[in-house]
Amino acid sequence: MSLWVDKFRPRALDDLHYHQGLSARLKSLAASGDFPHMLFYGPSGAGKKTRVTCTLRQLFGAGVEKLKIDQRVFLSPSKRKIEVNIVQSNFHIEITPSEAGNYDRVVIQELLKEIAQTQQVDLNAKQRFKVVIINEADSLSRDAQAALRRTMEKYMSNMRIILCANSTSRLIAPIKSRCLLMRVAAPSDEEMQTVLSYVARRAYFDLPPEAAQEIIKDSGGNLRKAILVLEALKMQSPDLSGPLTIAKPDWETYCQKVAVLIVTEQTPARVMEIRAKFYELLSHCIPPTVILKTIAEAVVSQVDETLKAEIMHWAAFYEVRMRIGSKKIFHLEAWVVKVMSLYKVRLFLEF
Amino acid sequence: MAFFQPKSAASVAKTTQKHTVDPALQPWVEKYRPKTIDDVSAQEHTVAVLRKTLTSTNLPHMLFYGPPGTGKTSTILALSRQLFGPDNFRNRVLELNASDERGISIVRDKIKNFARQTPRAQAVASDGKEYPCPPYKIIILDEADSMTQDAQGALRRIMETYARITRFCLVCNYVTRIIEPLASRCSKFRFTPLDAGSSTSRLAFIADAEHIQVDKPVIDTLISTSSGDLRRAITYLQSASRLSSSTTPPTPITPTDIQEIAGVVPDSVVNDFAAVLGIDMEESDSMAVDEPKRTQQKGFDPIQKKVKELMREGYSATQLLTQLHDLIVLHPTLNARAKSKCALVLAEADKALCDGADEELWILEVATRVHKAVS
Repeated sequence: MSLWVDKFRPRALDDLHYHQGLSARLKSLAASGDFPHMLFYGPSGAGKKTRVTCTLRQLFGAGVEKLKIDQRVFLSPSKRKIEVNIVQSNFHIEITPSEAGNYDRVVIQELLKEIAQTQQVDLNAKQRFKVVIINEADSLSRDAQAALRRTMEKYMSNMRIILCANSTSRLIAPIKSRCLLMRVAAPSDEEMQTVLSYVARRAYFDLPPEAAQEIIKDSGGNLRKAILVLEALKMQSPDLSGPLTIAKPDWETYCQKVAVLIVTEQTPARVMEIRAKFYELLSHCIPPTVILKTIAEAVVSQVDETLKAEIMHWAAFYEVRMRIGSKKIFHLEAWVVKVMSLYKVRLFLEF
Repeated sequence: MAFFQPKSAASVAKTTQKHTVDPALQPWVEKYRPKTIDDVSAQEHTVAVLRKTLTSTNLPHMLFYGPPGTGKTSTILALSRQLFGPDNFRNRVLELNASDERGISIVRDKIKNFARQTPRAQAVASDGKEYPCPPYKIIILDEADSMTQDAQGALRRIMETYARITRFCLVCNYVTRIIEPLASRCSKFRFTPLDAGSSTSRLAFIADAEHIQVDKPVIDTLISTSSGDLRRAITYLQSASRLSSSTTPPTPITPTDIQEIAGVVPDSVVNDFAAVLGIDMEESDSMAVDEPKRTQQKGFDPIQKKVKELMREGYSATQLLTQLHDLIVLHPTLNARAKSKCALVLAEADKALCDGADEELWILEVATRVHKAVS
């Protein structure tokens, strides 16, 4: 019993519902035998991974779906052991090097060289090369990216690399110039509508258009989220009729509460209260950037025009500091205090 | 000697088998790497100096620096090939790059061991050509700016001690990341971004050799999107030709194809964005009817909505900023004060994005501040 997201995931390029131009390109590239390194980028939930797996299937046939999960141990230069999970089939291997944290360079060097220096032994294989999929490529360190550079050119005969990233900003230029860039935009509302009704049909029920609209509005272009929400709603009320309330995740309502706290009162005591809430959020592993963004958006929707730009400015400012610094809570609090003082000054000026 | 014969023969056979790539599948960047230093595009000064070293047997330690895709690695590879010929190349040249482990231990062991070997006698060239084959070896340290300070420090004495039999060539993008003592031991060569003329001729040459049809606008787009990086231009050309030839029937390459491959944001999207920010766009004159509506819609909320929309499309933030920058700086009616304010914002945003900041927040930040600056 798997989730609908996985159960109804398209398996072949022809089954994809949107970005037909992209699918046609991928198909012709896979057929031509002259397959380049690729970089898929786009917002999350847009279907990058689905397109990658479909392309692999197009390249190698059904064999790529026989997966096995391996745990490999690499040794860092200082003899520390790094454990990395890899998913592989006979034709491809998939890694998430950011699991290795600072030592991602070692993983990249060792693993890629090992793969690159062995040839495909299966004579029935459709292609001479193997494919390495690198997830979350935008969180690769500079060193790891530098290590990829020459490898990508040198071992072109035995290996192709497919990178998956949310944005290309953090990738160094030499990597970008060695890849064929594939932009996977989030689906439009109509496209999401078709996908949702397709899922509903496959799961044998009817999806009322109003419910679909509601889900689409809530998901903000993230198809994975939309399908998950659809499944959750179906569990709640099997006929999907009447007023639907899409249950927001707990952390989101929590963030909304914090925003209300900020706007209603600006005192040191309130800051202490908010701090407790921040700790609560952080201890539940909500990324601090997400916390900051959600609260900032909630605050912005409750204040008047002149303050909005200011609040976003400081959110952006403290977000960078948070990335550079190491203690996230300091910067979150600094932002809260900043917003409070801005708000108070503003109230003061009004009277 | 005879004892070693079979083994070496076997290893040669193995390596040749390993490196044979179907030429059709080879990246053109490798396929059309210059074979001799005379083939190197542009960089006349460097080539002129290096050509002299071919006739004399004297070569200094060298430091090549310059932006990516200007031919640094190609030049030194071509030079060493011309100096030693294919047969001696393997035992006279050691090439290390960032994909190899290059910590201090490697400098101490591998580099030092290679540096202290007396060069072997010249093997007879199998292709019948004469090579100068001077009595030294070359160690190429590619992407040297990613070596640690310690590793660079360890090189210092090695470079001097074995200078009689070994020459070093450091290749890097940023000369400032090379420690001063190393830089002062080398003669420096600066590689400049390629001018449009030499890029055009090289691209035209490759297109000709690959029998693909490219016309002038395509080459112009290639050059403008790659901004002096020949490798990027060639890769784009190859990708475009792959895409165009794999469709049935083959379609000619168009400038829009190149833009899509290069990840450039379409002009219409950027102009739209700029219009929301309150920058006057010339095209908007033609749509005078829409004008009053648009001016009403100013303020924070439409900007936020537009930014969300852009992020959903998945365009890269840095690319968007670069293009917005071009648009603002070249804008005909904005005054200098507004422009310089915008430039400041864009610079801050670029720094933030390099530090790994959140894209949406920073695009929004740029948008609101540009909006403030121009209104």
